Amino acid sequence: MLILNCPYCGVDAEESELSAGGEAHLKRFGPGSSDVEFHDYLFMRENPKGVHFERWRHSNGCGKWFHAVRCTQTLEVFGTYSAQTTEPPKELKDAITAKRPGWTWREYE
Amino acid sequence: MKHYSAFAVAREALRYHTGWERAWRSPEPKKKYDVIIVGAGGHGLATAYYLGKNYGIQNVAVIEKGWLGGGNTGRNTTIIRSNYLQDPSAAIYEKARSLYEDLSQELNYNIMFSPRGVMMLAQTQHEIRGYQRTAHANALQGVQTEWITPERVKELVPIINIDGPRYPVLGALWQERGGTARHDAVAWGYARACSAMGMDIIQQCEVKGVRSENGRVVGVDTTKGSIDCDKLGMVVAGHSGQLAEMAGFRLPLEAIALQALVSEPIKPCMDVVVMANTVHGYMSQSDKGEMVIGGGTDAFNNYTQRGSFHHIEETVRALVETFPMISRLKMLRQWGGIVDMTGDRSPILSKTPLGGCFINCGWGTGGFKSIPGSGWGMAQLMATGHSPLTEAFTLDRFKEGRFIDESVAAGVAH
Repeated sequence: MLILNCPYCGVDAEESELSAGGEAHLKRFGPGSSDVEFHDYLFMRENPKGVHFERWRHSNGCGKWFHAVRCTQTLEVFGTYSAQTTEPPKELKDAITAKRPGWTWREYE
Repeated sequence: MKHYSAFAVAREALRYHTGWERAWRSPEPKKKYDVIIVGAGGHGLATAYYLGKNYGIQNVAVIEKGWLGGGNTGRNTTIIRSNYLQDPSAAIYEKARSLYEDLSQELNYNIMFSPRGVMMLAQTQHEIRGYQRTAHANALQGVQTEWITPERVKELVPIINIDGPRYPVLGALWQERGGTARHDAVAWGYARACSAMGMDIIQQCEVKGVRSENGRVVGVDTTKGSIDCDKLGMVVAGHSGQLAEMAGFRLPLEAIALQALVSEPIKPCMDVVVMANTVHGYMSQSDKGEMVIGGGTDAFNNYTQRGSFHHIEETVRALVETFPMISRLKMLRQWGGIVDMTGDRSPILSKTPLGGCFINCGWGTGGFKSIPGSGWGMAQLMATGHSPLTEAFTLDRFKEGRFIDESVAAGVAH
């Protein structure tokens, strides 16, 4: 079972205590954006076989949303971090690079 | 290809079964084919088969990373039905269901199609309205379904508990002509027929790159070398995103694990397929006597072909309430497959931004039942550039807002 550490309450929460919220760090496009931007925002996901940044909610716990980085090929969890950010923290990115050299995610690497 | 028949069995019995030949050849790839299909699962093989049979295109290779039918074709719960709400879905799934009816005869391979009936239980007021609406829609689409009462449910499935405290059975959508088939045999039967037409099925051959010139596909690079082609069909389910990336375009898909499990074999006790979408579980009994059980998908992206245990627990918990007699059954095997989900939970059968390259993906949790229809439509699309079966399932429907929204149409669970 997937276990993620909630960065807000510090609990190592089991998957059944959490709700998956899909891909993280989406750039939102609304009125005024182009059709392609709006389409990509709504439907196009990175869906990588490898490093995946995603949102989770500690729904049966403290109720807070947070971010997690996971490998979709091995289910390895690289870490979790606050939702109050638009970019993963540097130390986490370094930790992923140590384990998965050459990973990329949109503008991050 | 030697014809399978009762006479052949008798003949071989007299000579110690020395005369059987391999069902399909395993050749090395040629330098060039008219059409390459990537993915030797049910959909890929069916596409190749109908390309040859309906359009005379027989210089075809089906290439496969692993072994034939080893992906989702060998991992599903073998249910066949066509009781969908939206017209394009009903059309392609009903085409598939009707092709399944005489597929054994057509392929000369026993796919063990068993039209035992598929029942979708209504366990909330909302579901009653949803399924009655589907039954009306199906009547207009020419798909034979009916709304049945709880008493009729009990009559058809004596082991069911219709008076559950939390989710009583309030009725059901009944498709008498739905059922199950032997999933591996569908892939094997198509493979044998393709091989007999002179097509090459190349297993253990992974695509590493897609080559193109002037915006048109010219071939693929594989672990068995470069192979040229005029047209390319990508039919790889869970890994469609990776393959599309090689071809230079993206797909609106996410890969998610869907699980199933089977119990120890028991004596025949249930001769229909029962689906309970509110509690997210479905069950049928295989010819071996195992109860074949499926449930919901995990919520997160996953390529590991293994899912979360708590989903199994939730599925079984719900089914035990509906079928109390299964509470003492031991479960024998549990497995997962990677399904490719689109935003509207309907598949994509389409041309792509790369000329000569076609995609068949996004079947999500409901691919097995559609294999013959999907192959039929995909072959027509690849051969002629247009198919009435696939015209609604284009890649650009998301951009244009023409969703085939089965995800909110109830009856999406497979």
